[in-house]
Amino acid sequence: MARGRAAGRPPGEPRRVAYLYLLPALVVYAAFLLFPIGRAVQFSLYDWDGLSVGRWAGLDNYAAIIADEGLRDAFGHALVLVVFYALIPLAVGLALAAVLNHAKVRGLGFFRTVVFLPQVVAMVVVAVAWRRVYAPDGTLNALLGALGLESLTRGWLGDYAFALPAVGVVGTWVETGLVTVLLLAGMSRVPPDLYEAARLDGAGAVREFFAVTLPSVRGEIAVALTLTVIAALRTFDLVYVTTRGGPGTSTTVPSYEVYHRAFGLGQVGSAAAVGVTLALLIFVISFGINRFADRGLT
Amino acid sequence: MISRGERVANYVILSVFAVFALLPIVTILGAALGPSDSGGTAGPANFAAAWEAGRFGTYLRTSLAVSAFVVVVSVVLSVMSGYAFGTMRFRGQSALFYLFMLGIMMPSEAVAVPLYFDLRSLGLIDTFWSVALPQVALSVAFGTFWMRAYFRASNRAIVEAARIDGASTWRILWQVLVPPARPAVVTLTVLVFMWTWNEFLIPLIMVTSESLRTAPLGLAFFQGQHTSGFTLLAAGSVIVATPVVIFYLFLQRHFVRGLLQGAVRE
Repeated sequence: MARGRAAGRPPGEPRRVAYLYLLPALVVYAAFLLFPIGRAVQFSLYDWDGLSVGRWAGLDNYAAIIADEGLRDAFGHALVLVVFYALIPLAVGLALAAVLNHAKVRGLGFFRTVVFLPQVVAMVVVAVAWRRVYAPDGTLNALLGALGLESLTRGWLGDYAFALPAVGVVGTWVETGLVTVLLLAGMSRVPPDLYEAARLDGAGAVREFFAVTLPSVRGEIAVALTLTVIAALRTFDLVYVTTRGGPGTSTTVPSYEVYHRAFGLGQVGSAAAVGVTLALLIFVISFGINRFADRGLT
Repeated sequence: MISRGERVANYVILSVFAVFALLPIVTILGAALGPSDSGGTAGPANFAAAWEAGRFGTYLRTSLAVSAFVVVVSVVLSVMSGYAFGTMRFRGQSALFYLFMLGIMMPSEAVAVPLYFDLRSLGLIDTFWSVALPQVALSVAFGTFWMRAYFRASNRAIVEAARIDGASTWRILWQVLVPPARPAVVTLTVLVFMWTWNEFLIPLIMVTSESLRTAPLGLAFFQGQHTSGFTLLAAGSVIVATPVVIFYLFLQRHFVRGLLQGAVRE
């Protein structure tokens, strides 16, 4: 995360030719990203079904995000997913990385390869695999049956109470490896003499973790949180393939609302407003987390 | 010193996590290689059957074409714009750079809907361009940020020497700066390839004809049609995931490095 004012601007005299080098990237970027953002804001101020003439709606579409129960629920579900995508992987990753950092185990390279793998596989494939795990005749129920817990078996993704946590666990599965590898990289850079000093002061393993390890990986924690929180807020492929927001609306999320409203319900204005709100939320959270991480860092 | 008990405990923790990480993957692989739903032959024949039934050949061709185009165009454009931002000074530099930074965090959900309606009125919906160009724009934002960081840290003395020798900015870029930048360019290439190959929302919105479906999109539709058996679906999943996984196994360092540098795009 390169942030803040650049210390020492690039040397070399001012050069006009720079604009020529920028131009091709800027043209594509402006046409296919900046312009659509402007259009998204414009669309969000209208009541429009995508076909007829739109009706000026002012900020009604934004007000609906708070007033409309369905939209409120969608953003609420996204917050639940943040717990599964970001907070649980962070807690597990910290413990796991702290253990591994001190351990002299063989096979660490293999372990890293394996836990990072979920990051690179297409989310659609991940969703298909987990659908199988959660199916009424799937892997999870087979395991429960083998343990003699038939009473607990159910169609996990079709259950009003369990569908959202079930989707969340997939997020936990995807993100834990990334967070662990990231924290492990951070911890391996902590100077050993800090640990020596802590031990001479008589700190135990737990005190050492809170006094030395945790402050040292502040930056890595911020990056991990930024990546995982954004992934949680942007959940789309997973919900589309596993539940389509169901059963009822128990697993609908903002991204799915954008798609469903624009192409299912013909409420393009509302879809655009949800998209713009999601983008703003992501900006605020990214800056907030990084602000927090920069504080206390000299 | 680590006691033996602690070491055993570490191995247990590692193994538990490796199993948790591998379980869904093993579920898929096992089903793909297992006996087929119709009670036919087990093993590789399932892949052939899925390839036929799911028309995965077509989807893979589309995915390959889109990914190749997006990777080549966005890497070349990013190298050029990163060079300008990283080694030159010009008016409006920081404002322009912040404009690019905006794109790094921009979720495609926010722009895909207006893009669909504007491209529709231009008659560009359901074409190769409607799938590829929005992804070039998204990738160029990150690529510019990535290459600028690299060029800023590059060796100034060599650049100055080349300039005193009268080399043009174009030659300095491609003959002096880019060759040692290979690792940075490879990392950018694998990231953009992975994002493009795995992208789902943009093709879902932009494409209606089957011949333009990308592999993940084809898989999602295939799942909708094949509710009965799981074998072919599992085989299809393996087909879709394999190209990126192979890249990852060979270029693991680049994947990890790129993703850990806080690439705020998924």
